[in-house]
Amino acid sequence: MGKVILEVRELTTKYVTRFREDVYAVDHVSLKVEEGKSLGIAGESGCGKSTLALSLMGYYFPPLHYISGDIIIDGKNISGMKPDDVRKSILGREIAYIPQAAMNALNPTQKVIHFIEDVVQAHDPTKSKKDIYEMARALFESVGLPASVLQKYPVELSGGMKQRTVIAVAVILGPKVLIADEPSSALDVTSQKMVIKMLRDLMESGFIKAMIFITHELPLLYNVTDDIMVMYAGQIVEKGTAREAVFDPLHPYAKGLMGSIIVPEEGLRSAKLTAIPGVPPNLKKPPAGCRFADRCKYVRPECRVTSIAMREVGEGRMYRCVMSEKELREAYQNG
Amino acid sequence: MKHTLRQVFRSGKFLFGFSIFVSLVLIVLIYPLLVPDDPLRILGQGTFFPPGIYVNTYDSINTSTKYTLNLPNADVRRLESKLSQEDRLAMREWLIAAGIAESEIDIENTSSLLALWNSNYDPKKSIPGMTNARRNYFIRLNNSLKGLTMAGDLVVASKNAESGGLEDLGVVKDTDYVNISEVANVRLLLLGTDNFGRDMLTELVTATRVSLQIGFVAGLIATLIGLTLGLLAGYVGGIVDDIIMFFTNLFTVIPSFVLLILISYSLGQEQRGAFTVATVIGFTSWVWTTRAVRAQVVSLRNRDHVNLSKLSGHSIAHIIIHDILPYIASYVVMALILQISSGILAEAGLSILGLGPKTTEVPTLGLIMRWAMIYQAHIQGNWWAYLPVLVTIALITFSMNLMNTGLDQVFNPALRD
Amino acid sequence: MAKREQICLEARGLTKVFGFGRNKTVAVDHVDLTLYEGEVVSIVGESGSGKTTLAKILLGLINETEGEVYFQGQKRDIRSYRQKQEYWKNIQAIFQDPFSSYNIFNKIDSVLLDCIHMRGGRRLPYEKKVELMAEACRFVNLKFEELTNKYPFELSGGQMQRLMIARIFLLKPRILVADEPTSMIDACSRATILDMLMQLRNEIGMTVIFITHDIGLAYYVSDTVYIMERGRFVESGSADKVILTPSHPYTKRLISDVPKIYEEWDLSTV
Repeated sequence: MGKVILEVRELTTKYVTRFREDVYAVDHVSLKVEEGKSLGIAGESGCGKSTLALSLMGYYFPPLHYISGDIIIDGKNISGMKPDDVRKSILGREIAYIPQAAMNALNPTQKVIHFIEDVVQAHDPTKSKKDIYEMARALFESVGLPASVLQKYPVELSGGMKQRTVIAVAVILGPKVLIADEPSSALDVTSQKMVIKMLRDLMESGFIKAMIFITHELPLLYNVTDDIMVMYAGQIVEKGTAREAVFDPLHPYAKGLMGSIIVPEEGLRSAKLTAIPGVPPNLKKPPAGCRFADRCKYVRPECRVTSIAMREVGEGRMYRCVMSEKELREAYQNG
Repeated sequence: MKHTLRQVFRSGKFLFGFSIFVSLVLIVLIYPLLVPDDPLRILGQGTFFPPGIYVNTYDSINTSTKYTLNLPNADVRRLESKLSQEDRLAMREWLIAAGIAESEIDIENTSSLLALWNSNYDPKKSIPGMTNARRNYFIRLNNSLKGLTMAGDLVVASKNAESGGLEDLGVVKDTDYVNISEVANVRLLLLGTDNFGRDMLTELVTATRVSLQIGFVAGLIATLIGLTLGLLAGYVGGIVDDIIMFFTNLFTVIPSFVLLILISYSLGQEQRGAFTVATVIGFTSWVWTTRAVRAQVVSLRNRDHVNLSKLSGHSIAHIIIHDILPYIASYVVMALILQISSGILAEAGLSILGLGPKTTEVPTLGLIMRWAMIYQAHIQGNWWAYLPVLVTIALITFSMNLMNTGLDQVFNPALRD
Repeated sequence: MAKREQICLEARGLTKVFGFGRNKTVAVDHVDLTLYEGEVVSIVGESGSGKTTLAKILLGLINETEGEVYFQGQKRDIRSYRQKQEYWKNIQAIFQDPFSSYNIFNKIDSVLLDCIHMRGGRRLPYEKKVELMAEACRFVNLKFEELTNKYPFELSGGQMQRLMIARIFLLKPRILVADEPTSMIDACSRATILDMLMQLRNEIGMTVIFITHDIGLAYYVSDTVYIMERGRFVESGSADKVILTPSHPYTKRLISDVPKIYEEWDLSTV
């Protein structure tokens, strides 16, 4: 077992809507990422996975509010820090974050090198432009981006190139953890593959120590990360290695999600996709018991009484259900 | 829809602008009920009476009861009101020339100044460097000051029509007062009178009403034309679009105000009623609405909900009314508000140039400005003749632009803070 | 798999050019297409390949620059709006974004009523209309009683797309053009939508044209697959043949770049 780079214990955060309603989008989430490992977070839209990504940075601003829990990066707890301190000393250096559609956030009137200068000088004002350029060039070349990109404006780059540039800008300070929220979902498949390759290269070269990758595309997650966590209605419902989570899911929701994977491979046409009826619960008033109970085929009366705890089965393998592993497997066999 | 309306009225900017505008409209509606005067009636003989309460002197002397009040400092006040700033400065000039220290002279303190004058002034004393004419001026000043300080009763007399002699009617003492509520004729002229001697306030209120009407008519005409042409050009496209856009571009290139001036001039003074002017303004300012509506419609035309409506078998008219218009309604309302306020400004501009509505029928804000300018109110410092009009125009356009900005923020969430 | 007997829709040399002069872009470039009755066809392409433009030409929502379309053996003539209205009785669409597909000022009832009216049911008694609408909603697993007096945007994305299918259920067109019907909705709802579409196709025997960028989805649903690149079809054939044994380099690249779960996803080939 390697050194733990990022540990999150019982993190709970909420959104406050314009109508002063609380939305508990991240509810007692715990996770651990070891050095050199990557963790994938899967789930449908509205399950809280993007909010989790934001919350993990420890940088809270309205409408997002911190409630409880710890975020420990390389032994340092950042959850109690002031937002300003987090921004100055944590973001960029310890944690880097790539939001959804980040490539559209580049200021079109500035050259790429300008963004890098901005990031570097915000943390180290003494660094000369020449040093920064050398630093950027080295990083760009190591991930297969031509150095000429540095002197270009964002509009001169293609979508895939822009997204890779954004990632390079985000990790220029060599953060320990990279949080990537749907970094490739707006791209065509070829650009997506290049982005994935770049992230893998960054991990392999040790430039970033750990990665959290968030997407709703399960085949992609399966190919990118070591472990997969499935989120549903603000909670983690399943956790395991990528292989376990995709081919042997335990939680009924994860089972349904994996059954809806579509890949252009033999056998797909004869397979029957699983469909989960219903819609996720409203997070303004989450149900008392299991949050999946209303959509679950195997629901029992006790599911609706109290909140369900995570069950641990084997090394790092967990699921949130009242049924035991054996019961679940039998249920799945009988259809 | 209801939700949007609630949001509109929750916007601070809109609400502020809206309340200013509503107050203006309320004043315009209620004031004529309270003061049902003809706004163009000439009250005063003479130009630019300053604002204030006008008490009829004849009636105040003829009131049945007279009151005697012994108010302290009544004399001093009377003196002060009669001694002009010019006289005070002249007095100081002489006193300094006569060798009185400047620090001793306080020209604001009337009684000490007079005392100083009376004890020092000597008409025979020749002051070096003073011209004869100047010396005579001081002699005259001294005589008039003597008359001021002389306290005496006024005798009121009437002329006998037969004998031509004067008949004593009574005496007005300097301690006589009348109660203003017992005087038969008192007139409050809050904003004074204009150059013709009309009550400025009544005229201003009526002018605001007429200008708002002109603005509404002009705005409605411009928006209707703009909306129709924009919808046609945007939705039908093709050759119709080309023709409409050709004319729109043509009108864009010619400044609409120049066009307005030319049309107004060629109509002639006699033809220009308030509503003719409004119509002319409306017909020259539809260009921007057309362009904006067209741009909106072009982007809406290819939206999926319009395609779906087509696929559901709806006619073009149905699609325009149900699938296009509701989507641009907020935009059109905003354009209308802007058109109204720019219509009011256009009328003011035209009237100042002398191309506004006929001058004998109704006042408009622009016409009041024109009269004030011709009679040089701004040079003579008769602020009441033009400043209230300026403020009214500013308030109208300000409130409308504020409403527009408020609406903009509600309908374009990107601008919300 | 449908029997390839009767040709339903045929396109010959279909071309669409946007702009002119230096701004000229050829979105669809001499495309030939043959659709058989009851077949499910997928047109697969990346963004900018012209697949949506082609779909809109087939739907008659935009006019082609060149080429002909034959509908049930006859040359399509939709120059006047009235002719278009006739044509649209036979061909319908489901669009990609359910949130922008509905007029936000119209209630759900009116969406469904429009369909009944289009099928000539304008004079039916109101109770009969309600019955028809309820039947359509039942087909897509929605409760009509809960939908009356609601606006489409009050539903979730998946429910809105199901309402779209309810429309098709009422309209019973010969051809359905589904333009990325599942790309904006969640994976779990995707299967539901696809199942409903396929069930509807079996029931009323219509031809379905799937427009998608997802080659896996195309493989899952369709009998015939067309691969589109820059306005042209580069490869076509039965789904098994095109996806499992692609011959054109573009198709090969497209398939190799999609992440897979059973085979190794080769990252070294970028």
